[in-house]
Amino acid sequence: MKLKDLPDEELFTRGHTACAGCGAAIAVRNLMKVLGPNTMVVNPACCLLIFGATYPYLAWKVPFHHVAFENTAACATGMSRAMKVLGKDETLIMGIAGDGGTADIGIQALSGAAERNENMLYVMYDNEAYMNTGIQRSGSTPFGAWTTTTPVGKVKAGKSNFKKDMPLIMMAHNVPYVATASVGHIQDFIRKFEKAKSMKGFRYIQVFTPCPTGWRHDTAKTVEIAKLAVDTGMWTLYESENGKVTISKKPKMTPVAEYLKPQGRFRHMSEEDVKSLQDWVMKKWEADEKYAQCRQ
Amino acid sequence: MVSKICTGNYSAAYGSMRSRVRTVAAYPITPQTFIVEHISEFVNNGEMDCEYIEVESEHSAMSACVSASASGVRTFTATSSQGLALMHEILPIASGMRLPVVMAVVNRAIASPINIWVEHNDIMPERDSGWMQVFCDNNQEVLDMVLQAYRIAEDRRVSLPMTVCLDAFILSHTVEPVDLIEQADADRFVPRYKPTGPILDPDDVNAVGVFTPPDYVMECRWQTDKAMRSAVEVIGEVNAAFAKQFGRDHGGLIDPYMVDDADAVLITMGTASSTAHEVVDDMRAEGKKVGLVKLRFWRPYPMTEMRAIAEKVKAVGVFDRAVSFGVGGPSFIEFKSAVFGIDLPVLNFIGGLGGRDVSLADIRYMYDKLLDAAKTGEVRRDVTWVGTRGVSQ
Repeated sequence: MKLKDLPDEELFTRGHTACAGCGAAIAVRNLMKVLGPNTMVVNPACCLLIFGATYPYLAWKVPFHHVAFENTAACATGMSRAMKVLGKDETLIMGIAGDGGTADIGIQALSGAAERNENMLYVMYDNEAYMNTGIQRSGSTPFGAWTTTTPVGKVKAGKSNFKKDMPLIMMAHNVPYVATASVGHIQDFIRKFEKAKSMKGFRYIQVFTPCPTGWRHDTAKTVEIAKLAVDTGMWTLYESENGKVTISKKPKMTPVAEYLKPQGRFRHMSEEDVKSLQDWVMKKWEADEKYAQCRQ
Repeated sequence: MVSKICTGNYSAAYGSMRSRVRTVAAYPITPQTFIVEHISEFVNNGEMDCEYIEVESEHSAMSACVSASASGVRTFTATSSQGLALMHEILPIASGMRLPVVMAVVNRAIASPINIWVEHNDIMPERDSGWMQVFCDNNQEVLDMVLQAYRIAEDRRVSLPMTVCLDAFILSHTVEPVDLIEQADADRFVPRYKPTGPILDPDDVNAVGVFTPPDYVMECRWQTDKAMRSAVEVIGEVNAAFAKQFGRDHGGLIDPYMVDDADAVLITMGTASSTAHEVVDDMRAEGKKVGLVKLRFWRPYPMTEMRAIAEKVKAVGVFDRAVSFGVGGPSFIEFKSAVFGIDLPVLNFIGGLGGRDVSLADIRYMYDKLLDAAKTGEVRRDVTWVGTRGVSQ
């Protein structure tokens, strides 16, 4: 489906209270257009819950469920099995959570559901920190980034560990579909959600969703920054379909400094730290490429 | 009628099958494990038409049950001790969403020290979780209460989750003859599941569990409180209906024995009740006027019933297989609150923790103390640890 062919009907409607330039809101609005009305959503405590489902308002035009924080995949499991019992297996169950709810506190339930190959689509919207609680570092926060728990102090500044490779962890579960997507590459994004929708079993898509509030960038630059992440190799676009891995877009290997420059969260980084991050990017891309070659 | 020798764990599993549970999500933990093993066997043998989800933790077990229940199917799970503690976060979510999830809890000591034997300290932190809780005294009661639990929990006036509690090993692993209710009889008693509130349904868009500002939360809490109060009546009705159909009357919130003319009564929960029952018989034969109150429902708590008993007798003892450190047994604390303003000696006995045996002699010791208090009207020591090294009796 082409971007211009997406239905006009909004299943995640206007009136929600996300910040201007919110990457997660862009992702959810568009993926719902692809997935369509026969979808049920479960979402943990995160920005998306607050800006999309604060009583008595609801931005969702499909059944919406929230239980807790770390159990999105377990709840999606319950919904999915219930639909099987009721003979409504055609309904797509989507668990959608942020990086904290997925890569950190939610990874146990997620791994369990993936291992059991539960029939669901799990979406991680990756804004690289706990944004809802006020920008704390997560396992998915990149090296060097300022957050409120990795503040720029006199002795230490920014996050000292590198980003957790969630897509690789999910591919190691040998599930039918794993993909990375970005709000900066909407056509690739649409294609991947279409593919996920057409499949059965456990599907995982991790979407790169810049957060102007937490990343300290201009609200008009969400898409631009998402594109820069792909161009620099900070975010690799690929997919694994029944174990076959395909790189969706080769990075241009633009210097990582270009990606860091427009974001306040990286402003304090020393030349040495930028070099460390650049080295990490080079190694990561090399590893991603090799992994794709051996998973053919 | 098919009578079979079986364990309490088998009774619980069998009860879930006969209640036509359609989704089970559970995780193994001693001494509950046999429940999930039996259910897996029922499912794999085609005897039980159910989605069995082998989740990776108790937290996920309860989460999956909540979401399956919110999607409109009858659910069941089982756990013990540390597993229940891990589930803790999700329990008030089940009641807050008014979902009639039923869970068997095999009561086991909570760490530390780690121990796998009976104690009620695992469930006490769940007192305020909005779950109804019944304590069983034998394996027949376990099976019967699983069936009753669905009828109580799914009643429109209640619509709350419920635990069926059984003592670790004493019931879970001990065989007793049990009338294994046949499917046709179970079907007559437990109606087909009809969700009582809005559910997640692709054909009827609802939200279940949204972020709720201060303007609305008080009313939600009030409705849950009202539902728990309504449960008192429903429990009585369901017990009566069960007794009528199956000829077994387990009692409602409480099951009193020899209370009417008693000078002193002891309140017990779970299997200590059977032991106390025997002591009452022995002491009555000796002409001592003692009675027993089997406290079946911990929530809803039998406030009115307990006051009526307190008005009738001269001394009450409360036996707790749990402790609220520095205060006394939870059941004792509750009873004192229920009978506030009634002047009578109330003694608390704490014992049987971590699986320590509660013997006939222990119970007789409690009754002797109670008869003494009934005679003098005095409370010499309100909380007594029974059978504990270093504690003078």
